[in-house]
Amino acid sequence: MLDTLMLSRIQFAANISFHILFPTITIALCWILLFFKVRHDQTGDPVWMRAYRFWVKIFALSFALGVVSGITMSFQFGTNWPGFMETVGNVAGPLLGYEVLTAFFLEATFLGIMLFGIKRVPPKVHTFATLMVAVGTTLSAFWILALDSWMQTPAGFEMRDGVAHVTSWFEVIFNPSFPYRLGHKLLASGLTAAFLVAGISAYRLLKGDTKRAPKMTLKVSLVIAAVLAPVQAFVGDLHGLNTFEYQPQKVAAMEGAWETKNGAPLLLFAIPDQENQRNKFEIGIPNLASLILTHELDGEVRGLKDFPDEQPPVAPVFFSFRVMVGLGLLMIALSWYGVWQLRKRGELPKWMLQGLVAMTFSGWVATLAGWYVTEIGRQPWLVTGVLKTADAVTTVPPANVGLSLTLYLIVYAVLLTAYIHTIRSMALKAVKIEDFETNEPVADGNLTNLGNQTKEVQA
Amino acid sequence: MIDAYWLPVIFIGLMGLAVIVYAILDGYDLGVGILLPLSAQDELNRDTMIASIGPFWDANETWLVLAVGLMLIAFPAANSLVFYHLYMPVAIMLIGLIMRGVAFDFRAKAAIDHKQTWDRTFKAGSLITTLSQGYMLGLYIMGFEQSISAKLFAVLSALGVTAAYCYIGGAWLILKTEGELQKRAVDWTRKAGRTCMLGVIAVSIVNPIVNPGVFDRWFDFPLVMFALLIPALCFAAFIGNDFLLGRMPKVNDRHSWMPLLLVVAVFILCFVGLAFSFFPEVVPGQLDIWEAASSPEALTVILIGAVIVVPVILLYTVYAYYVFHGKATELNYH
Ligand code: HDD
Ligand code: HEM
Ligand code: HEM
Repeated sequence: MLDTLMLSRIQFAANISFHILFPTITIALCWILLFFKVRHDQTGDPVWMRAYRFWVKIFALSFALGVVSGITMSFQFGTNWPGFMETVGNVAGPLLGYEVLTAFFLEATFLGIMLFGIKRVPPKVHTFATLMVAVGTTLSAFWILALDSWMQTPAGFEMRDGVAHVTSWFEVIFNPSFPYRLGHKLLASGLTAAFLVAGISAYRLLKGDTKRAPKMTLKVSLVIAAVLAPVQAFVGDLHGLNTFEYQPQKVAAMEGAWETKNGAPLLLFAIPDQENQRNKFEIGIPNLASLILTHELDGEVRGLKDFPDEQPPVAPVFFSFRVMVGLGLLMIALSWYGVWQLRKRGELPKWMLQGLVAMTFSGWVATLAGWYVTEIGRQPWLVTGVLKTADAVTTVPPANVGLSLTLYLIVYAVLLTAYIHTIRSMALKAVKIEDFETNEPVADGNLTNLGNQTKEVQA
Repeated sequence: MIDAYWLPVIFIGLMGLAVIVYAILDGYDLGVGILLPLSAQDELNRDTMIASIGPFWDANETWLVLAVGLMLIAFPAANSLVFYHLYMPVAIMLIGLIMRGVAFDFRAKAAIDHKQTWDRTFKAGSLITTLSQGYMLGLYIMGFEQSISAKLFAVLSALGVTAAYCYIGGAWLILKTEGELQKRAVDWTRKAGRTCMLGVIAVSIVNPIVNPGVFDRWFDFPLVMFALLIPALCFAAFIGNDFLLGRMPKVNDRHSWMPLLLVVAVFILCFVGLAFSFFPEVVPGQLDIWEAASSPEALTVILIGAVIVVPVILLYTVYAYYVFHGKATELNYH
């Protein structure tokens, strides 16, 4: 039987994994929307407005899913992890509080104007509202990642009677892993949104869409991806070096390294066997791990056996890490090839469009994989060196947690299906009908069917 | 530096503020959801009703996040205790909130044949959310007692809160709609108001009986004069509103904002009454605010932020309501 601890962990993992899918899209997509809007204001070219209108609907849907799953998150601390706030509440509380005050209200309030206010406010105010939503989502990432990073690499506090008290807010917020995590996460968001836009645009082109808008958005998104993907690999590398310094056991799990070695190999593939503390099978490149982590061919990489009491589950960390990095490399390759083709021939070959469609949600997979590396690699600690996960859990009976978990899983499965299905049908609809070429917004049934007298024009 | 006595008092005040603002704001949009008529010929009415809350619901829900956040931040011990007892109702409420929030967006984007399903989901989600909130309020008032009578009281409270949200939702619709729909809204509001009044009377009788501390507080002599003012005003608002609704809608849409104003007054008065019953306890009969509070330093840090940011939030909230003033049918979507 699963106990309350295990069930609560699964539930938390399920909830946050579901939640993060949507912020990952909305954070960057809002900046992309702002770009479309500003281009439209500058050039007056209606194609930007049409791109804006198509994507703002997907944005609104993602945002709604992000909000409702986020509300679930904020209750989780109280319902499942009471020990968390009781021990580190003096740190976590203000960070969460500032997130609500500075980010959530900002984005939620201006969202109304952004989505429904285009005709009610002057264009500049509408652009400003879009900017405020973008700033809000990014600020929210700032605060929550400050907390998440602090849990990984705590700093700026002292323990008194088993409770953390802050000694320096600056050190709490700008804890050692924070800059890397924030940078890596924002880039991840940029890549996720870019591949989403590219994938849907490619889908429309494949379905015979001859309008200008999908071509424009395909180009914009590929350029964004081509710029961000290499930067992401670079920042990811820095992030890894930082982790190597502060959480060496996590890096050992990522590398599948059991023994401490000078000149450790970079394992391309292996099957970690935690019970026997070894790998069953491995293919690797000699000395490369040492080179990457220490910048010396025979630098020392500490192995998992050095941390008998603090070993995280190795296999999930090991495989997730490879999924993320593999996707990262694939993203670099695809986006660079795509931009090169666009420059050379002005369009993409069919297989490339199909490839982009296949990559539509690759950002989700890489983001989740990366997060599993980070979070599972931290186990058994909830707050490194301060609080173990097992000490924070609630005493609610397992049956209750099992029931709530089942309900969440059902709801999430339904919603995820509906979300993907809806995006697909919106794309198909846009292939046939699109807004009239005009600066005036046309009621097109978004949210309601009010005044739904859209002129169905083949643009 | 504010001391360890006053900080918890300030924070319970802030939390109370967040709760009452939440009840009023999300109350009206949940109420609109519960009132949603599902018949086929009501499709346009459904569109208008949902349009009336479209630009606001997200920000309204954020007040819930703030309220929970403040409890988490300022009173971690209370937070653990409360959510230990409310584990299941909270999970159910969250699922209701999820269903409702997404149905809202999906209904517009889905194929026509699915729109009906999302509308049903919207209504069901609103109802589930409201019932579980009312149920939790009931359990809370009973100090999380495990008895059958406490559970029955919670059921009563669930129905009462549902009536209250319909009451405020209806009043919102009177303000935001016109014509036939507005007439129906008047009717809904009137019925919900009467039910709600019965609920408030029931709670006011049961509460002092089961919680002796509450009884003493309300009927303590010099204070009783002042204390009884609260229920008196509350019933005046109920009755005045009922009277007014009997003559609505008026020509040229006169006074269409009055019912909403009166319902808000009812909400505030009921809330003040409850707060008066329990202050300074955060969990009735179990924990007071000083026992539950976090460290003064952490509270001071948030207070500084709140003092600066809350006025700004209020400013842009007022601006958003100003942008979307007028009847919902005039709203345009893109
Ligand atoms: C890197 C970004 C990120 C991460 C790691 C998280 N969130 Fe989140 N969250 C956002 C980025 C975000 C956002 C971009 O700000 C959202 C998503 C869509 C939206 O509406 O806002 C949001 C929405 C959102 C909301 C609704 C806000 C509203 O009413 O507008 C809540 C209550 C939370 N989140 C709470 C949490 C909690 C408790 C988390 C961790 C345990 C968490 N989020 C992780
Ligand atoms: C946003 C993306 C995130 C993802 C995908 C994610 C994923 C996960 C996963 C998979 C676990 C389970 C690890 C395990 O139990 O083996 C976990 C644990 C945890 N994470 Fe995160 N996390 C994210 C962000 C955060 C943030 C921002 C916070 C805090 C503010 C947080 C707090 C926790 C806590 C409290 C646990 C302990 C519960 C547990 O072990 O399951 N996480 N997370
Ligand atoms: C291409 C090379 C990449 C490298 C070298 C890399 C490196 C890393 C490392 C070392 C971590 C673990 C951080 C820790 O120890 O806590 C990590 C986490 C993470 N990665 Fe990557 N990554 C790459 C690509 C990507 C891509 C393409 C995405 C998403 C689109 C992504 C999303 C994430 C996320 C969301 C996390 C968890 C959050 C964090 O701790 O920053 N990564 N990455």
